Amino acid sequence: MSDGEEIILRDLSDADLVEQMKDDLYDGMAAEVHEGTQILLERGWDANDVLSEALVEGMRIVGIDFRDGILFVPEVLQCAGAMKGGMELLRPILAASDSKASLGTYVIGTVKGDIHDIGKNLVGMMLEGAGFEVIDLGINNPVDNYLAAIDKHNPAIMGMSALLTTTMPYMGVVIEELEKRGILKNLPVMVGGAPLNQEFADAIGATSYGRDAAVSAELAKALVGRNR
Amino acid sequence: MSDAARRTGGRQARLGRRARPQEAEAAQPESLVTTSANPDGPVLVLACGAIANEIIALREQLGVTDDAMVLHCLPAELHNRPGQIAPRVDAFLSEHRHKYSRVILGYGDCGTGGALDKVLERHEANRLPHAHCYEFFATTPRFNQITDAEIGSYFVTDFLVRHFDRLVWEGCGLDTRPEMLETYFGNYRDLVYLAQTDNPDLQTKAQEAAARLGLNYVYHKVGYGDLAEAIREAADV
Ligand code: B12
Repeated sequence: MSDGEEIILRDLSDADLVEQMKDDLYDGMAAEVHEGTQILLERGWDANDVLSEALVEGMRIVGIDFRDGILFVPEVLQCAGAMKGGMELLRPILAASDSKASLGTYVIGTVKGDIHDIGKNLVGMMLEGAGFEVIDLGINNPVDNYLAAIDKHNPAIMGMSALLTTTMPYMGVVIEELEKRGILKNLPVMVGGAPLNQEFADAIGATSYGRDAAVSAELAKALVGRNR
Repeated sequence: MSDAARRTGGRQARLGRRARPQEAEAAQPESLVTTSANPDGPVLVLACGAIANEIIALREQLGVTDDAMVLHCLPAELHNRPGQIAPRVDAFLSEHRHKYSRVILGYGDCGTGGALDKVLERHEANRLPHAHCYEFFATTPRFNQITDAEIGSYFVTDFLVRHFDRLVWEGCGLDTRPEMLETYFGNYRDLVYLAQTDNPDLQTKAQEAAARLGLNYVYHKVGYGDLAEAIREAADV
């Protein structure tokens, strides 16, 4: 965290401001990220560019340092809070503009027996940042919840999260049910959570495994054929 | 570049303050050592620091000396970094396995996602067949019964009650950011104290912990659960 030095964000050039916002996001400074977002918008920036160049990029760096053990969960939560500070401003603009069509709906939820949701929420935020409409089913979801959401929202992708060894296998149960109903061939399923790995994702027949939020957003874009 | 100053902070400042601990870790080659046992050696219990007191108590109950059953603990803090548990166990056993006749791990899977089991196979060592310590203290049926009745159960043991401030409160960063309480514990209803011993002081502390987390207090005296049998078997008495 910086020592709260007083600086004037408005005095910074666009390039410096974007760098400062990434730093401020890294330091979990929600009000500053909010202000930076406001300034870039006032300077005529497209909301999509603010999102991808400052916020999503900032969060991508946070993800790397979390993976490498440099940042810990409490700090990541602060960073996520700071990203939200900017998202509040961008969300209504993005929703109203048709400058970028939605990449489709992404249904996400933590599986039955598991009520960990920090990672899932982070992934949801990055997916939203990437241009998906995210339907969050929350925690402790039995297979019926996923089926109902698929029926209702016709998602482009479905994602499941599990943090417990005991709840990981349930992802396989859901995938099997989707297979049985003939849904799986048209619906990519992504899985994630700290104890998972690619090997496990392959074993249960998931379409892809998302190691962290930034990677997951990229993978999701690739799955709908929108990787840039 | 503009002339206006930027704040010192962000990633560069952070990296300046800390080394990259994981990079050294990642550089370690995966151990391929298959160790041999010493049939005349003592038994080793390699355990999470969170259950050290309990293992010592069980060893005493069984009348086994600490020469016959050696206890070595890894830091309980690994709990929050489960990715490091299997490599740390691997490193220790690669170096020391040959001294011992048998090795029992005082760990469950603990979120290693099967990585720990792969290590144990190579070193001919066994662990408790549970997901985590809450399950082996409560035993599986009782643990399932509690979570089936209330999914929003947050478990604490004697150890966690004793070290609640450092490991839970500060571990979650709630000492500096109490507003994150809802983010962490918003999904929970009960704090369930799975007590190893009958200790009124700890019960009071557990009650206070529940209040601080905004949870109902539930008490179950479960004792040492399946850990007792595992240690008895290891001691072979
Ligand atoms: C924070 C935490 C908690 C918080 C949860 C707060 C919350 N609202 O979620 C609290 C303290 C409340 C808690 C409770 C419990 N926990 Co907990 N918890 C953790 C901890 C330390 C970090 C998890 C986390 O939030 N990480 C931060 C996020 C950002 O990372 P992430 O979740 O991995 O998510 C990233 C990726 O995995 C991926 N991802 C995640 N989901 C998805 C989904 C999709 C679709 C995709 C593509 C990607 C993706 O992207 C995310 C963002 O980068 C882990 C240990 C660890 N380091 O993993 C233990 C851990 C998971 N918990 C564990 C346990 C045992 C429990 C409890 C039973 C403990 C108890 N005392 O009661 C309860 C669980 C109750 C239940 N039924 O769920 C064990 C599990 C052991 C096991 N065998 O499985 C762990 C491994 C700790 C340990 N070593 O013992 N826990």
